[in-house]
Parts: sequence; C-alpha cells; structure tokens
Amino acid sequence: MIPLSHFMLISAGLFCIGLYAVLTRRNAIQVLIGIEFMINAAVLNFVAFGRYDKIAGGGQMFALFAIVLAAAGVAVALAIILNVYKYFKSIDPTKTETLKD
Amino acid sequence: MIMGQEQIIFYFFAASVLISALCVVVMKNLVRSIFLFFVTLFSLAALYLFALADFIALAQVVIYAGGVLVLMLFAFMLSNRELLNSLKPATSGFKVNHFAGILISLLFLFILFTVIIKTDFNQLDWMQERVPINASDNTTHQIGIHTMTTYLLPFEILSVFLMMALIGAAHLARKGNKG
Repeated sequence: MIPLSHFMLISAGLFCIGLYAVLTRRNAIQVLIGIEFMINAAVLNFVAFGRYDKIAGGGQMFALFAIVLAAAGVAVALAIILNVYKYFKSIDPTKTETLKD
Repeated sequence: MIMGQEQIIFYFFAASVLISALCVVVMKNLVRSIFLFFVTLFSLAALYLFALADFIALAQVVIYAGGVLVLMLFAFMLSNRELLNSLKPATSGFKVNHFAGILISLLFLFILFTVIIKTDFNQLDWMQERVPINASDNTTHQIGIHTMTTYLLPFEILSVFLMMALIGAAHLARKGNKG
C-alpha cells in the first residue's frame, strides 16, 4: 500500500512543473498545458485522499467533477486561443498586449 | 525497505509522470510537447489506479486522451503557420523572466515538500475514523449511487455549466465572428 504522502509529493512536483510552464512559456498552448498539469495535480490529491473515504466518496466524486471542469476550461481556452491567433497572428502571450494598461 | 511489485510499478509510473511532464514543459517543439503530454496523462491514469479509483482513471483516459488532446492538436494545426519558422533568438527580457519562473517554482516546490514531509497524516482527526476503500470494492457502483444521492446538486450544476461552456466555445470559435 502506497503511503498518502508519496501521492502528495508527486502531485506537488507536478503542480510546480505546471507553475513553471505558466510563468515562463511563450506559447499559449504550452501555458494551457501547464494549467492542465496543475489541475491534474489537484485531481491526484483528490483521488489519494478519496482512498480513505469510502462512506462519502467525496474524493473520487470531486476528482471526476474537476476533470469535467478542466475539459470545459480547455474547450473555451482553445476557442479563445484560435480567436487570438486570428486577431494578432500569434499565440505568444507577451505579444497580445491590447488588454494591457 | 523491501520493494514489492506494487511499489516498483507505482514508482515507475511516478517517475514517468514527472520526467515526461518536465520534458513537455522544457520542449521547444510544440508537437513533441503535445505528444509527450499524452504520456503524462496515461501515466497519471495509472497512478489513479493505485489509489483504487478505477473509474477516475478511465475517465482520465477518455476525456483527456480522447477529447482534450485532439482539441490541442487541432488548435496547434490551426495556429502554427509561422510557428514552425519562428526559431528566433531569445530577447533580452526572456532570460530574467525564465530565471524568475524557475526560482518561484522551486521555492514553491520547497514549501510544499516541507509541509508534506512535516505533516503526520495519521494524527489528523478524519484519518482516525477513516474507512479505507478495499481493492475488492466496486467503486464504479459507489460513484453511481453517490452521483444520484449525496452529490446530486453539484452534478446538476456541472451539467448546466458544461453546456454553457460548450455553447460559449462554439460561439467564440464561430466563423466570421468579428471582435
């Protein structure tokens, strides 16, 4: 049986990789992949805790909900990325600066 | 410490998740990065199996590998026209940004690791009265029952939200949508 803290260490590592991608990547799709990593780290934690929660089943249920939310987020984000590409002819987040102050 | 079969497979998949995620993030070539993302998602599904969440693992494979990845490939193919020949030299602002990103992620990783290592999970209140899932339990059956009883409201809210998100995405991606 795998101890709970090992799941949490893996998910912490995955979260930080996602954070690094969000902070430094210059391509909107890779930034989106970073966000997906962070969501997946959260799901891994949900699932790891859900193992000890047979009665309420909260961990597994909310892991499922989080996966669905992530999928909806990806659909909207990719539609936005396509529009940004049409408008700016680039998906580099540093080049889309119309919303800047 | 003796390593059973379960441990060996678990740590193999854990290493696979972390290494492929790192490769996805540092890879310059977007196509390779998207296909490596596939490897990460499958290995994560394997890790969910070790937490006895078989339905979640299946949902992960179906939703991510089936839906999200295809969407990402489409977005890549529709937006890569000048991406392929854009191997331009890094600008001066890039290095600072890069270094700060590494620093912030490493510091955050350090904080998370210290918290997790210092916490004794067996001392927590809710861990005292835990009822762990057994490997022989039918968790899919349990999830079905929970969806229709305890978590009916989140489920309904989620279904409405999903429809809103899909209509919104279709509207955003519509052809001839100005502005």
